[in-house]
Amino acid sequence: MSTTTREITGLPEGEAPLLGGHQTFTGITAKISGIIERRTPPVWYLAFGAALSLFLVLVGSIGYLLYEGTGIWGLNNPVGWGWAIINFVWWVGIGHAGTLISAILFLLRQRWRTSINRFAEAMTLFAISCALIFPAIHVGRMWVVYWVFPIPNQMSMWPNFRSPLLWDVFAVSTYFTASLLFWYTGLIPDLATLRDRASKKIKKIIFGIFAVGWRGGNRQWKHYELAYLILAGISTPLVLSVHSVVSTDFAVSIIPGWHTTIFPPYFVAGAIFSGFAMVITLTVIARKIFGIEDLITVDHLEKMNKVILLTGSMVGYAYGMEFFIAWYSGNIYEQFAFLNRAFGPYAWAYWIMVSCNVAVPQLFWFRKLRTSIPVMFVASILINIGMWFERFVIVVTSLSRDFLPSAWDYYSPTIWDISTFVGSFGLFFTLFLLFIRFLPMISMAEVKTVLPQADPHHHAAARAVEGNRHG
Amino acid sequence: MDRVVTGQVKGVLARFDDPGSLHKAAVKIREAGFSKFDCHSPFPIHGMDAAMGLKRSPLGWIVGLAAIVGTTSALALQWWTSSVDYPLVISGKPFFSFQAYVPVTFALGVLLSAFAALIAMLALNGLPRLFHPVFYSRQFEKVTDDAFFVSIEAEDPLFEVDKTRAFLEAIGGKNVEVLQKS
Repeated sequence: MSTTTREITGLPEGEAPLLGGHQTFTGITAKISGIIERRTPPVWYLAFGAALSLFLVLVGSIGYLLYEGTGIWGLNNPVGWGWAIINFVWWVGIGHAGTLISAILFLLRQRWRTSINRFAEAMTLFAISCALIFPAIHVGRMWVVYWVFPIPNQMSMWPNFRSPLLWDVFAVSTYFTASLLFWYTGLIPDLATLRDRASKKIKKIIFGIFAVGWRGGNRQWKHYELAYLILAGISTPLVLSVHSVVSTDFAVSIIPGWHTTIFPPYFVAGAIFSGFAMVITLTVIARKIFGIEDLITVDHLEKMNKVILLTGSMVGYAYGMEFFIAWYSGNIYEQFAFLNRAFGPYAWAYWIMVSCNVAVPQLFWFRKLRTSIPVMFVASILINIGMWFERFVIVVTSLSRDFLPSAWDYYSPTIWDISTFVGSFGLFFTLFLLFIRFLPMISMAEVKTVLPQADPHHHAAARAVEGNRHG
Repeated sequence: MDRVVTGQVKGVLARFDDPGSLHKAAVKIREAGFSKFDCHSPFPIHGMDAAMGLKRSPLGWIVGLAAIVGTTSALALQWWTSSVDYPLVISGKPFFSFQAYVPVTFALGVLLSAFAALIAMLALNGLPRLFHPVFYSRQFEKVTDDAFFVSIEAEDPLFEVDKTRAFLEAIGGKNVEVLQKS
């Protein structure tokens, strides 16, 4: 048999091992379960307190919104879509990295994903939770928001299935549900680990219920692995479809600057771009705090930075192409819309967007910079600032200069726009901190499969390799 | 269901050192003619289905069916609400404009498939089942950490406590244990 350890562990020649240090099965279990089993560190309480306070800011802002109405926001005529829609698109976009990592990279057998997928999927769920709040409160009369679902009612009316806004309801809520089911499926074996390790009865019961009696038999793994593969398969088109549908909210309308066919791919690239930046921001902090640098290595981070470089360049290309098409169309209204973006009253926002999204990722051409933790941390935050401004530029510049100059107006947010957005970070981090405190942030069962000793032919092959080396 | 009697033998459990020896044991148990046995491991082991002689999971067909039900019912819902129950002209589009119905049809197909994948996986595995005789064993707690086990159930036609024990020991099983309520 002429197999090498490389072939068995599925790594290409010349590639560094997926995990650092000398890892054992039980070492991985102890490391990851240990994070949730030991006493809550004081810094967690501090962070959780801060996140919860911000979350209360969100609750308060929404409460006042319900009491007073959307007039508390900076919306005016013609700018009817302000920060709420910008925040919605921004948060949904961030979610896309998790699905890409969990689904597409799984199908492409990128085994380095095992260290980061649980973490990224959790980020997806929490980002979509934040995203879903904004369209719900933006409808104004939030108590009738269920009208978006086809529920028989006393008016015998149905939702308008020909509207992109309704497509969005279905696309985003399906996205959330499918991501949740995928995430839970991945968690079952790890919940069983926590059940088996639990020392307190109450913990054993709670983990026991959620682990549904998992006993790791191969008769179970057989169905489990296929279910996981299928969930990855059906989530893969979601990575592309969800943000495409979000982009049709704009592209199907007739506003200059929105009515373009480049929107779906451009939105998807931007979504993955900002999502990976968010994964970098969060993992850089978490791996340092919890000492899991051997499980999430610099190599993992470097690979993500390469994705950022790729998608960032696609976004940059789209910015250029929008201008080219505006010029090439020969349509003066379209040309005005784009000149207005770059040189009009919101030029400041446009140039923040270009410098953060196009210039910053170019740093990652250099290996030294894309493997430097401080550089990637700062870059990832700048990228998400840039991506927020991208949505701001799209929404606001086109609306504030619409068809008749007499209708034009300048839009600026009020304190309530800002507090709702800042508060949404409170929700995001509250959920995230609860996740890293109570659930395993790295998939133990999956990480174990990438160890060389997980292969049933490991010993024979390792001996053969040894033999070749000495022979 | 019968009441569990203390001391009633439910099966035999044996521990193996690593995925390789578990794989070899699975082949031997299958060749010995056992049918109600399972190989437990902290993670799925490559090639184990063939070693145990298991057929491919039928899950794909179930999810495929769910996808068809999801997409057709979504299309039917949109057609019925917009063209039959309350027809409205929207931007001059036909009542049944299937192009506009694609996103929702797709989303509901995915939604139903995702539910089907998880629920059918659990159903095929007989889960949730919070208790199982293998949990009588204390050492079995390590199965979700780094231990590899084989269990042969008492319901297997070839099962005889002493012989099965001896067989598992002969093929390299360690800490062989009879599963019964203590």
